[in-house]
Amino acid sequence: MAAAKKVFGAAEASDLVNELRRSFDDGVTRGYDWRITQLKKLLVICDNHEHDIVEALRHDLGKPELESSVFEVALLRNSCKLALKQLKNWMAPDKAKTSLTTFPASAEIVSEPLGVVLVISAWNYPFLLSIDPVIGAISAGNAVVLKPSELAPASSALLAKLLEQYLDPSAVRVIEGNVNETTLLLDQKWDKIFYTGSSKIGRVIMTAAAKHLTPVVLELGGKSPVVVDSNTDLKVTVRRIIAGKWGCNNGQACVSPDYILTTKEFAPKLIDAMKHELETFYGKKPMDSKDMSRIVNSNHFDRLSKLLEEKDVSDKIVYGGDKDRENLKIAPTILLDVPLDSLIMSEEIFGPLLPIITLNNLEESFDVIHSRPKPLAAYLFTHNQKLKERFAMTVSAGGIVVNDIAVHLALHTLPFGGVGESGMGAYHGKFSFDAFSHKKAVLYRSLFGDAPVRYPPYSRGKLRLLKALVDSNIFNIFKVLLGLS
Amino acid sequence: MEAMKETVEESLREMRDTFASGRTRSLKWRKRQITAIYEMVKDNEDKLCSVLFQDLGKHSTEAFRDELGHVLRSATVAINCLDKWAVPKQSNLPLLFFPAKGKVISEPYGTVLVLSSWNFPISLSLDPLIGAIAAGNTVLLKSSELSPNASAFLAKTIPAYLDNKAIKVIEGGPDVATILLQHQWDKIFFTGSPKIGRIIMAAAAQHLTPVTLELGGKCPTIVDYPTISKNIKSVVKRITGGKWGSCSGQACISVDYVLIEKSFASSLIDMLKPTIRSFFGENPKESGCLSRIVSKQHVQRLSRLLNDPRVRASIVYGGSIDEENLYVEPTILLDPPLDSEIMNEEIFGPILPIITVRDIQDSIGIIKSKAKPLAIYAFTNDENLKTRILSETSSGSVTFNDVMIQYMCDALPFGGVGESGIGRYHGKYSFDCFSHEKAIMEGSLAMDLEARYPPWNSFKLSFIRLAFSEAYFKLLLLMLGLKRSK
Repeated sequence: MAAAKKVFGAAEASDLVNELRRSFDDGVTRGYDWRITQLKKLLVICDNHEHDIVEALRHDLGKPELESSVFEVALLRNSCKLALKQLKNWMAPDKAKTSLTTFPASAEIVSEPLGVVLVISAWNYPFLLSIDPVIGAISAGNAVVLKPSELAPASSALLAKLLEQYLDPSAVRVIEGNVNETTLLLDQKWDKIFYTGSSKIGRVIMTAAAKHLTPVVLELGGKSPVVVDSNTDLKVTVRRIIAGKWGCNNGQACVSPDYILTTKEFAPKLIDAMKHELETFYGKKPMDSKDMSRIVNSNHFDRLSKLLEEKDVSDKIVYGGDKDRENLKIAPTILLDVPLDSLIMSEEIFGPLLPIITLNNLEESFDVIHSRPKPLAAYLFTHNQKLKERFAMTVSAGGIVVNDIAVHLALHTLPFGGVGESGMGAYHGKFSFDAFSHKKAVLYRSLFGDAPVRYPPYSRGKLRLLKALVDSNIFNIFKVLLGLS
Repeated sequence: MEAMKETVEESLREMRDTFASGRTRSLKWRKRQITAIYEMVKDNEDKLCSVLFQDLGKHSTEAFRDELGHVLRSATVAINCLDKWAVPKQSNLPLLFFPAKGKVISEPYGTVLVLSSWNFPISLSLDPLIGAIAAGNTVLLKSSELSPNASAFLAKTIPAYLDNKAIKVIEGGPDVATILLQHQWDKIFFTGSPKIGRIIMAAAAQHLTPVTLELGGKCPTIVDYPTISKNIKSVVKRITGGKWGSCSGQACISVDYVLIEKSFASSLIDMLKPTIRSFFGENPKESGCLSRIVSKQHVQRLSRLLNDPRVRASIVYGGSIDEENLYVEPTILLDPPLDSEIMNEEIFGPILPIITVRDIQDSIGIIKSKAKPLAIYAFTNDENLKTRILSETSSGSVTFNDVMIQYMCDALPFGGVGESGIGRYHGKYSFDCFSHEKAIMEGSLAMDLEARYPPWNSFKLSFIRLAFSEAYFKLLLLMLGLKRSK
């Protein structure tokens, strides 16, 4: 029996923030023990409620059990465990080196929580993208409000229920709702806002944050290109692309391979291999396969349909193209050489459509990528060492993966974030802790040993000494002090 | 304005082309540019001191200490450390991903905008410039119109020393800034007030441009008299130097107000007065060692702060104003009301309120009731008080037993939090400030795991679960058929 939905208006939003701020000011979230307790509870949620999570994801997205277990629960479990193991290290101050000008002194950098933070997550990986930032916020000692996406309603409700059940309500809360609730939340003053979603809404978030000088992390998206060199292991390449595209929420992921760039010469081989492997993975009737998520809702289904129906695009389909609006399914679809200015090549696809653009030589792929907004990820498949180096150095993207797809998401030792249109800031592992911390510089000076050179009235001698100190050349200083200069 | 718009667009085009050419990626190029900045300052020391004197009445020693020396040091550090900073950071990857490799490369954002402030017009222009260049960006600098001589110097001299297809200077006020902000930049670095900081960030949001905002606030100075009374002379000198000796209080990290226990306030004031006189003579206006106020508008602003009758009644030293000569006398207030304007906005001038508390511990409550400042200073030897200050207050930085000096420590990040700013710089932090940390991962095509691919079955699910939890032994058992798949 669902409880009557509480009204969430401007007053409630304001009360919410005030309440959490009081908890934060009272020191509830600062201590190591509190943070560990919350993190342990999050781990318990992963352990005891995996089945519920899998079910909610099946309801919202038709996500296969393996994807839910691995790409949401297992990743979260690892994230919790890492934080639990490393928190003491992360919380410890860093010693800094001081110079002759500030001698005698010692300095350190202390990590302190920002205060009360807002996490707004997306619908495609509703658990991962909600809880992973929350892990960061809590490890760093903040109070946090989570606003999950209403486009994944069962997941949103489950998140609200589980977090309320397990975590400390005086400092961690979930607000469900749609754009109305989000707008009310954005009117409040937060100490940090962490947003995962589209570039369009990212601008709205940052504009709202600017009113309060609130720092933001924006995990956005883009068209992540895949450059495929003929000098590669074709079978492995194709399998990884397929698994990375259709095997990750059916292309509805921020780091999904959006389009492929390859040579005219190699394209036919590539397409044949893809068709073959697609059939191995999903069978002769991929619409019946249970191993792919469905399209999230009819809005996105219609959006994707429109991409396919555009003139000069619809006749470029070389594989797939079947659609079933009632069941929100679109078959894995490959297109060959759609116009570069078509809709499908202008916006982030976020679905099971894969355009392949052919070039006279692979060299041209750099220009194609460079002429577009910076994506969240850029991929390259090749054995060619020089090409790998050039790609890594010159292609600007949030992250670069060579010879694989998406897997850098799982690596807690690499910062995960965008650049330009694909976002700002980063997280995962310690980067999450840092994202939600203020690194406060602390300088300890002694009251002894004062340099009169610091104070007026100013004289030439003082100026000389200052110049020597600034150069920090010890011999100059002695020269000046001994009147030898 | 149309002409200005075209100039901006032309400049942007040229800088973008230069960036695309790859010239700024070369470490040699970057070092050459930074060396040129060093030489520009060294070659023009006298001229620089002269423009700073014209704009702000700065004594050459102050100019060197606070601006020129700082830039020289900053340039030297960058030149010496750039090779180290630019090295990719290797990452350890979990065994599961063997033999994959991971690293993080610092790459330039592209074409960046630096908007500097009038109070330290040379260092607040050149220091961020050094950071932007070190990171490999092309840069447009807009210096403040309120320090016109410094601004003119930079506009004329930078093109003579630096690669002017990559590094450009534009002069002007808010109208020029507005035009600049309408365009897309890859990063914006701003030094100034929180009010303008909001405008900058909102403009940046339209293009999803990351920002670093070095703003300000009311930097409190706690004086825990009993625990430092043995060194009170040092304390007083440092406060006096920190308040009036650096641009006459017009600095973002200036001592804004002092907090002290009631019973010691008069002792402190009795020591401040002669110290001010020893630094600036009987007539500070004539001393040549006290900067003047930057403009009539700011003199009027400070005048207004003092015009509140309750504030005026609290003046215990100084208080005279000569608007014509842009002079405000070093002034001390004793307990102006906490709700007065002077206690609620950043003073940015040579007026020092001394706020008394019953118990020095109460200062923490007062500090917390205000916006997070750029710096908190505390003169104390009480370890408990130090711990409380560190854990209960929040600020860009905390300095114990001194003031201002954290600015010179390039191992410490310099930046604010909350109202006092976003982001940080100095030393390697400058390099990082203007870099995108790009993660690179390289997998191996040789080792492929069937379990990665559909069609899914319970074996593959168990495999991946175990792999993710790095339960390698159980994984081995599973593969050898000695463990059942769930």
